[in-house]
Amino acid sequence: MIAIAFLMLFLASITGYLVNRQAALAIRSGGTRLHSLAGFHGLYSLLLIMVPALLLILLWLVLQPVVIERMVMNGLPAGTLEGLDSGAVQLIQAEIRSIAGGRVFGTPDPWKLEAAERMNSLQGRAGWLLLTVLTGLMAAALVFSRSRVSAEFRARQGVERIVLGLMLSCAVVAIFVTVGIVLSLVFESLRFFSMVPVTEFLFGTRWEPQMPIRADQVAAEGAFGWIPVLLGTLVITVVAITISVPIGLMSAIYLNEFASTRFRAVAKPILEILAGIPTVVYGFFAILTVAPALRAAGAALGIPVAPNTALAAGGVMAIMLIPFISSFADDALAAVPRSLRDGSLALGATRSETVTKVLFPAAIPGIAGGVLLAVSRAIGETMIVVMAAGLMASMTINPLDSVTTITVQIVTLLVGDTEFDSPKTLAAFALGLMLFLVTLAINILALRIVRKYRELYD
Amino acid sequence: MMNVMTRTEAEVGAGEQIKVEARDVNVFYGDKQAIRDVSVDILDRTVTAFIGPSGCGKSTFLRCINRMNDTIDSSRVSGLITLDGQDIYARDLDPVQLRARVGMVFQKPNPFPKSIYDNVAYGPRIHGLVRDKAETDAVVERALRDAALWDEVRDRLQEPGTSLSGGQQQRLCIARAVATQPEVLLMDEPCSALDPIATAQVEELIDALRQEFSVVIVTHSMQQAARVSQKTAFFHLGNLVEFGDTDDIFTRPKDPRTESYISGRIG
Ligand SMILES: Nc1ncnc2c1ncn2[C@@H]1O[C@H](COP(=O)(O)OP(=O)(O)OP(=O)(O)O)[C@@H](O)[C@H]1O
Ligand SMILES: [Mg+2]
Repeated sequence: MIAIAFLMLFLASITGYLVNRQAALAIRSGGTRLHSLAGFHGLYSLLLIMVPALLLILLWLVLQPVVIERMVMNGLPAGTLEGLDSGAVQLIQAEIRSIAGGRVFGTPDPWKLEAAERMNSLQGRAGWLLLTVLTGLMAAALVFSRSRVSAEFRARQGVERIVLGLMLSCAVVAIFVTVGIVLSLVFESLRFFSMVPVTEFLFGTRWEPQMPIRADQVAAEGAFGWIPVLLGTLVITVVAITISVPIGLMSAIYLNEFASTRFRAVAKPILEILAGIPTVVYGFFAILTVAPALRAAGAALGIPVAPNTALAAGGVMAIMLIPFISSFADDALAAVPRSLRDGSLALGATRSETVTKVLFPAAIPGIAGGVLLAVSRAIGETMIVVMAAGLMASMTINPLDSVTTITVQIVTLLVGDTEFDSPKTLAAFALGLMLFLVTLAINILALRIVRKYRELYD
Repeated sequence: MMNVMTRTEAEVGAGEQIKVEARDVNVFYGDKQAIRDVSVDILDRTVTAFIGPSGCGKSTFLRCINRMNDTIDSSRVSGLITLDGQDIYARDLDPVQLRARVGMVFQKPNPFPKSIYDNVAYGPRIHGLVRDKAETDAVVERALRDAALWDEVRDRLQEPGTSLSGGQQQRLCIARAVATQPEVLLMDEPCSALDPIATAQVEELIDALRQEFSVVIVTHSMQQAARVSQKTAFFHLGNLVEFGDTDDIFTRPKDPRTESYISGRIG
């Protein structure tokens, strides 16, 4: 049915296009000057037919199962569902649905078979209804748009308005989705804060979310102070940034100012490959190569090194960030006008003096923006730390210790059998909210800086 | 640096010696030849003007004199150019040192995004011409005075150089070049972004600078060439067509191409 509906939609739109175009061409060959090109008249009809019909089909697809299910359940013999809880009702619904789909297990009660039959016939009728309504709608649109064709009609602007509306609704969808995500985070966090005081979460220094799973189980009360988790995140971020920023900057400066075109042509794509490696692969690298190497080095030097160090996770994250920072710095340096470079060289400065004294200061805002974006990526990075960082939250800033991060905790809290009403799982949302707020603040700051610097040279 | 005002006429007259000597210079951009067999002598303490239609290679030739063409990957220079008899394209000559001796002012003002003070102090600092703050202050003030900018910026030396007006920026760039104490100053259309008043100031300045340096100026304005220069070189399609005293070039051009350019028939 749906396939037929789409086919009709397609044919009707094409027809509308051709009809209107033909009509417009006919007016023109009659000697009148058209306000809009004939193609726009066609397009106007096409859009006018297609957009409402498409919306109708989509709406129908969403609503039809819900409505039919409701009708079927209401049509059950009186008293069948009495005294059943929502879980049992859902089970019955599912069974009816699968019988209607032709998958019968055992010998179902006759009233279920009857309901399934009803469901099938309703669906068949709904399909025909859709086609009828659709045909009516499209015919109306076709007639209406054909009636608009005239020499003065501004089809060009009409098309523009419709397209504008489409773009606007796409943008609105994006905004709504964002708002929805944030709101769900906020509401779940509020539920969490009704169980655990906000102050304990924000200022507590113990993070032990192990809650008794069954009521009779003996276990410690959970502790939900996010400070150690935050600290772990910061340690790893600081490690990642201190390693990646100098390397990224140096490579950008070298590529931009000193490298021969040939070297640049090779090095740039390699950096881009580095940027394209999935983070899970970086995770392997951290576990299999970096962590053992660090432990061996620690053992040789007599320094105790944890198996999952912040240094290993942060170091590998740094590798991931290098191309990011490098390409940002590269753009910022390249955006410095050539005249400044020439001016400095013409005063007898060497290339490195030119870079450090003129180009770099001029590019600093752009570079700072890039570094901040890298920081927010490091804070939000999940896969590498899930694989390479530890699980225990400890109050430490020693990069050779095992630390855990916000993202790691969110993942571990939500993995496995979970109920969404214990503080353990809800804590994940509170952490997520904090993570969101932190990265949001950093991103806003970064974008501000970047924008300010763009204005400087445009 | 000597004081501009105290030089005597005798000393100026002594500037008849050759500062820069170019012999059979050819410049190529890739396969395209931009300069053909140009030979010219630039005298000490003299203003030499390069004139000619757009694209004839004036800027290109100017950039040969401080080896700024080195920064353009595709360019290739052949022939001989000497500064005080020394081959500036010799293998053992450091272009960085050369550019300290041959300063350059560009067509578009290009102050660094630093303070006015730091802009002027840039050259002296990197060349170690100043040892302490007091010396730097003195050099900055002298250069700004030379560039006729001191009175306008004396109270705002710490403001960014980019906050000045276009004409002030150009004078700042001149001050920046002068502060490095070059022996030759190359100016590529220094007044093209300036209004008549600022242009007059810069021209006055060029005349004053002549007491100390040899100045080469590229200009599209015949009047400007006639006003500020003693020698004029006319370029056409990469060739040096005519070179001589400015008075002669403008009153008795030998080559018909020069004459038609000056009288506005080609351009
Ligand atoms: N970087 C470059 N790469 C390739 N060709 C160039 C380059 N710079 C200049 N040219 C070419 O060299 C020739 C001379 O250019 P040049 O800039 O020296 O002219 P000009 O006399 O200064 O002109 P204008 O008066 O317009 O500034 C022109 O044909 C130009 O196209
Ligand atoms: Mg030029």
